[in-house]
Amino acid sequence: METMTTMRKQTEHRPGAPEAERWPASARAARLHIVTGKGGTGKSTIAAALALALAYDGKRVLLVETEERQVIAQLFDLPPLPYEERRIAVAPGGGEVRALAIDVEAALFEYFAMFYNLGFAARSLKRLGAVEFATTLAPGLRDVLITGKIKETVTRLEKHGKSEKLKDSGGLGAFMYDAVVVDAPPTGRVVPFLNVTAAMADLARRGPIHSQATGVMSLMHSHNTCVHLVTLLEDMPVMETLEAAEQLRAGDLPIGSIIVNQVSAAHLPETLLADAALGTVDSASLRRGLASYGIDADRAALAGFADEIRRHAEHTAAEAECRTQLAATNLPMIDLPAMPDPVELGELYELAELLIAQGVSV
Amino acid sequence: MTDFDVSALLDARTTRIIVTCGSGGVGKTTTAAALAVRAADAGRTVAVLTIDPAKRLAGSLGLTELDNVPRRVELSDIDTEADSDLNSGVTTGKNVVATGKNKGAATGKRSRAAAAQGELWAMMLDTRRTFDEMVSAHTTPERAAQILANPFYRTISSSFSGTQEYMAMEKLGQLAATGKYDLIVVDTPPSRSALDFLDAPQRLTSFLDGRMIRLLATPSRGVMKLVGVGFALFAKAVTAIIGGQMLTDAARFVQLFEDMFGGFRARADATYELLRDSGSAFVVVATCQADAMREAAFFADRLTVERMPLAGLILNRTHPPLVDLPPQVVAAAMAAAEADPSKAKGSTLARAALRIHSDRVVLDAEEQRMRARFDGAHPEIAVISIPALPTDVHDIAGLRRIAASLAPSRAASSAAQ
Repeated sequence: METMTTMRKQTEHRPGAPEAERWPASARAARLHIVTGKGGTGKSTIAAALALALAYDGKRVLLVETEERQVIAQLFDLPPLPYEERRIAVAPGGGEVRALAIDVEAALFEYFAMFYNLGFAARSLKRLGAVEFATTLAPGLRDVLITGKIKETVTRLEKHGKSEKLKDSGGLGAFMYDAVVVDAPPTGRVVPFLNVTAAMADLARRGPIHSQATGVMSLMHSHNTCVHLVTLLEDMPVMETLEAAEQLRAGDLPIGSIIVNQVSAAHLPETLLADAALGTVDSASLRRGLASYGIDADRAALAGFADEIRRHAEHTAAEAECRTQLAATNLPMIDLPAMPDPVELGELYELAELLIAQGVSV
Repeated sequence: MTDFDVSALLDARTTRIIVTCGSGGVGKTTTAAALAVRAADAGRTVAVLTIDPAKRLAGSLGLTELDNVPRRVELSDIDTEADSDLNSGVTTGKNVVATGKNKGAATGKRSRAAAAQGELWAMMLDTRRTFDEMVSAHTTPERAAQILANPFYRTISSSFSGTQEYMAMEKLGQLAATGKYDLIVVDTPPSRSALDFLDAPQRLTSFLDGRMIRLLATPSRGVMKLVGVGFALFAKAVTAIIGGQMLTDAARFVQLFEDMFGGFRARADATYELLRDSGSAFVVVATCQADAMREAAFFADRLTVERMPLAGLILNRTHPPLVDLPPQVVAAAMAAAEADPSKAKGSTLARAALRIHSDRVVLDAEEQRMRARFDGAHPEIAVISIPALPTDVHDIAGLRRIAASLAPSRAASSAAQ
């Protein structure tokens, strides 16, 4: 475990951009933070850590789950969450994180209930799989329901009008949440998810869903929203991140930061890196060095160390190449180190602090 | 706990279909491609079918595009760089330890004699086109044209979550029926859950069965018997929300599709049976991460229940230490190194070596623990661990590198002995 700690410390001190360039002013101004990333990049973990980070110093933050996977419950070590907002964590300084795991079926019936009184019929409809049917018939319907619910939480005002909220809704009273963080669908799906109006245009040209979709659309395209892209320093996630960034820009959706997750520690000094990546390691000096630390390395051990060094160097070089590609987007980048898997609550706080150290705040 | 003998699986001529499955991001597509390359190198005529829209296979096969029919992939002569890299054998010079990359050049020509005899064909599934072709094949040109123009059909053929899986099955059936390939390797669609692959065709057929569509399109008929007045309300609500036109299109589609439906389902059933055949093998792919391992376990259990032929689990991207030293020796040296501020060249290098090694030891311990947990719960499932490559795979040489650790060829392993 000692090595894990050194890994984390070293990544913390990675040379990089100043804070403001990592967490841009647009992100600081936004109240809706959409977190996406390729599957396997840890976007749910990052969304949770981001919610915690934003809740520091007494803020109230809502963390929204959209894929019906109960990931939040797993991350925070809780039993499965019902479809309601409830407090799941406290942050230093009196802040709190609430969670909402959106249940599409429940959201649909909730939505219907606004227009029709289904009464007992709801149960038999559930049994028939009616909701799945409806969302299949209109694939965008699911996204509309989810984003509609998100919009409601972002724009909701506090009932009792407590006035200590920092951000004002423009004379109407204080917002319920200082920030809403969404664990959104993966990069491949995020633009259609956010651009619900386009998706629904073919299917619902009129009606309540259409007008709701339009309302959501204007929120998504406003300065209140920020999309963050989680990636690893590997080819496929980087490629998808670049594609997503392009699509988001083309769709006029505001991008916040690229969050580079699981950055590995670079143990080799720059001077040795290039040679090592080519497979050249000075074995005599390695042997001397090891001997001074009490290891009498035979030929096999030396060869093993050399091979480990070469792999490490190649990996470091490949990561640097990925970073260069990401930098071409001119988007701000935040780094987070690898954490033991599965990530536990203590480590979520640790990630949150690393985010704050890089300027993350509301 | 048994070791998964991938060579035996690939070399057995009775193996006709291999399906790689697992959750997203575990290297499923690359594994499928590596298996296909390895089988082609061993002289088999192999088609690899990928469904992944990220065109990953295209990338790793060095192809710029893939379409809906298999294309021949040029296999260059086998370059033994792959073997030397994975065996991590190291030749020592006087002062310089040369590994993998340097050695490749020296030994690259050694096995020209064993150059590829087989053929490799690769394709990426075009879901929409496969569906269109299937419709055209099953009905008159007039009716096919009407179906293809139906807006509801267009939605289903591109967005229904089971369509991709269903069409993958259809394509697999088609490729198998050509008799042109003696091995077909199928990658499964990227999905949240590995289980979707088995369930989706069923979901699509039930959906197209059309009962709900008919009920919604003609809510006055027979509806009362079913769920009473609530259903009529629901139908009204759905109509209000998604618009009446959609339901009309849907009803029209069901009408047009009706006579094709039997054939449609029969083909899906036939492919399902093909997968249960003894000539098929499912290979579950996972990385040593809690999520991926959980999915792998679910999938293995499900295959067992469905009596599908499960060949084994590939535990991808592991980090075995390459230095064989007692942990306490390393720990002591590490402590000494961390306390030493010396900037001397040997010390800097040795400190880096120890840190790199210690990270690997920690990772390895975690990976071993994960594997032991899986073995404990599934003692009957054969497992193979595949060491991580330092960089991503882009080309045939990289795929061969993976193939070499998955399934050392008989010739290579006998030469080594």
